[in-house]
Amino acid sequence: MADTIRLEIVTPGRRVVSEPVQIVMAPGSEGEFGVLDGHTPFLTSLKVGMARFKDEAGKECGVFINGGFAEALADRVTILAESAERRRDIDVTRAKASLARAEKRLDGARVDVDETRAKAALARAIHRISTVESR
Amino acid sequence: MATLKEVQLKIAGVKKTRQITSAMKMVATSRLRGAQLAMEAFRPYADKYAEVLGSLAQKAGEGASPLLEAREEVKKVHVVLLTSDRGLCGGFNVSLIEKAEALIKEKVGDDVEISLTNFGKRGRDWARKSDFPMVDEYLGVVGASFDFSIASTGGQKLINSFVFGEYDEVYLVYAEFLSMGKQLPVIQQLLPIPPIEVAEAEAEDDQPFQAEHICEPSAELLLGEMLPRNVYIQLYRGLLETSTGEHAARMSAMDNATKACSDMITDLQRVYNKARQAAITADLMDIVGGAEALKG
Repeated sequence: MADTIRLEIVTPGRRVVSEPVQIVMAPGSEGEFGVLDGHTPFLTSLKVGMARFKDEAGKECGVFINGGFAEALADRVTILAESAERRRDIDVTRAKASLARAEKRLDGARVDVDETRAKAALARAIHRISTVESR
Repeated sequence: MATLKEVQLKIAGVKKTRQITSAMKMVATSRLRGAQLAMEAFRPYADKYAEVLGSLAQKAGEGASPLLEAREEVKKVHVVLLTSDRGLCGGFNVSLIEKAEALIKEKVGDDVEISLTNFGKRGRDWARKSDFPMVDEYLGVVGASFDFSIASTGGQKLINSFVFGEYDEVYLVYAEFLSMGKQLPVIQQLLPIPPIEVAEAEAEDDQPFQAEHICEPSAELLLGEMLPRNVYIQLYRGLLETSTGEHAARMSAMDNATKACSDMITDLQRVYNKARQAAITADLMDIVGGAEALKG
């Protein structure tokens, strides 16, 4: 089996993931990228989206990432996320509710709507839901 | 000598005070634990961030961001003061405010304007009495439970004002949490961001960043994105440390108060016992005297 790398996902509130993994896929701002053992040093910002990784046993896990930064070194990957939630921690009902709310806000042709904020909320909700559903 | 009744009332009163102070101590203890956990949870993020930022700053070089540039003339100084909302925590707030005053005294001049942002009611009340305009106040943050968003909103405002030239320098005054018994008020320069040192001194893993990073997008853009967040991180850390410090200070203040109450009760009890004994003796004297008189 391939060697593993250490994945750390940390947020201001807590350490979400810290374990050896086989591969990490993360939503970079310039496109999704994958990291295996022995990667060349790499630093990028992250979009809102889902990071996926295969743990030692080969099980695939998804983590919702609410933007941030990632650093890849030869033996470890560090993701500094604004916030992050593992698939099992995501509250789907809440995400769906906020999806509906954001859509409604963007649909209505009102002027007082903060479009950037609504769009960000929409993106977050969509990615949360897809993180849960993509298994 | 005080009458029995008076002493009794006084004892009851002090006992009630002791009950309150010991309850406050327990509340502070449990909050302290929460605040400490939050501080510990934040540390890995802050450490990693400093690590990554350090290696990036090395690469991007000078003049990469307006946030790094020191202004030639400093005319507008902004002070962000973190204090607690509530008192009863010993000299905690007083020492923070004194630190801020010292900083202002050092900075103030004929053509230097000072403005303030306050987190916490104690500092705000002080600011209202001072001659300096207060730009923003945030209550219910320090000592309560808060998340990163408060630091990023507050930090964003500071950065915007700095970039638009409303402030030339921004300082943060907060309490560094050294130990349960010791909280030290410190001043930290938030903006312009002081030159970033490569964070290897405290990194425990001895792997220096020798390899060049590939950056996506460019190193300059990344640095531009990361620097503002660094300000939020400093602010958030200040908030966490001040909150923890507040609870620790209150805990020890209340502990002292509880002990003082206990001492006072012991003393009062002694006074009470003496007074009671004196009364009994006087009564006995009366009875004995009466009996003697009857015997004839």
